[in-house]
Amino acid sequence: MSWIENRFEDNLIITSLDWAINWARKSSIWPMTFGIACCAIEMMAVGASRFDLDRFGAGAFRATPRQADLMIVAGTVTYKMADRVRRLYNQMPEPKYVMAMGACTIGGGPYFKHGYHVVKGVDLVVPVDVYVPGCPPRPESLLEGLMRLQDMITHQTLARQPEAVTA
Amino acid sequence: MAPEAVLEIIEKQFPDEVIDLVPEGVHPHAVVKPDRWHDIALFLRDDERLRFDWLRCVTGVDHIEDKIFTLVYDLHATLPAETPSGIWKVRNEIAIKVRVDRDDPHVASVADVWPAANWHEREVYDLLGVVFDGHPDLRRILCCDDWVGHPLRKDYEYPLEFHGIPAVTEFAQTRPQH
Repeated sequence: MSWIENRFEDNLIITSLDWAINWARKSSIWPMTFGIACCAIEMMAVGASRFDLDRFGAGAFRATPRQADLMIVAGTVTYKMADRVRRLYNQMPEPKYVMAMGACTIGGGPYFKHGYHVVKGVDLVVPVDVYVPGCPPRPESLLEGLMRLQDMITHQTLARQPEAVTA
Repeated sequence: MAPEAVLEIIEKQFPDEVIDLVPEGVHPHAVVKPDRWHDIALFLRDDERLRFDWLRCVTGVDHIEDKIFTLVYDLHATLPAETPSGIWKVRNEIAIKVRVDRDDPHVASVADVWPAANWHEREVYDLLGVVFDGHPDLRRILCCDDWVGHPLRKDYEYPLEFHGIPAVTEFAQTRPQH
């Protein structure tokens, strides 16, 4: 939607269009089938029937980054994997969102001090929208993280933004 | 066969190679020199009395104060099952420790004796830097191909950054602005 973004003032048409687009986006966040370590087991539990991520429209796990909106980085990111994570992120189409799931992904977790091979936070590799702490997080936490992401999408707008003030 | 008897056979066959025999304890083992390790391995596998047909694990230990690496080869000799539905049993169980010089760690590969050694030796090469001469495919198995150093050495220095990602915790991390 980049051709329409940042071109019009904030008026009734734009805000109504915003509402419709944001509703559509937040109701169909398709995550990528992408689990790196043990947190992925909780992510599978969220996708399964007991917790059922599909209730929030995010249950369609896509097996390719080109069809996905959301990358749930579920597990320890090693330096070997970081290159792959970055490549997968670059292959996702806009708009794209990243959720950092679990202690290792947020800041290295138990590997923070002595893990020679663990990235100290996936936000050093890709921009992260929502952090879901836990080791691993309960499925309810991941659902909460998804709803926070939906809140974030709700506040997106096509309207022209004020110029960023740079120091 | 008791571990004492197994170790006795090894010592009788290679009297000059054996440094130490430890038949007691939970981990009976023989410590040998690296020079004829390949011959010893072939003997262990092919001798009628021993028949160590299963290499269970290869480990490396860094003794930095003694300037040696110790390679631990855990060996099993199996007995086939008596009935088709039965399970096989372990006949003998022993470990061989090979001491190699830490400054120039070279040892003969036994990947042609036990194929299981192939990936185990690649792991020891990756994490400790022991070079296995005659290995068919001696590449890193866990770390990146362009990783610098061998992480499980006691004097390993953590990288400051890798592929543009800041690494160690002592490093003043500045969060990038995406």
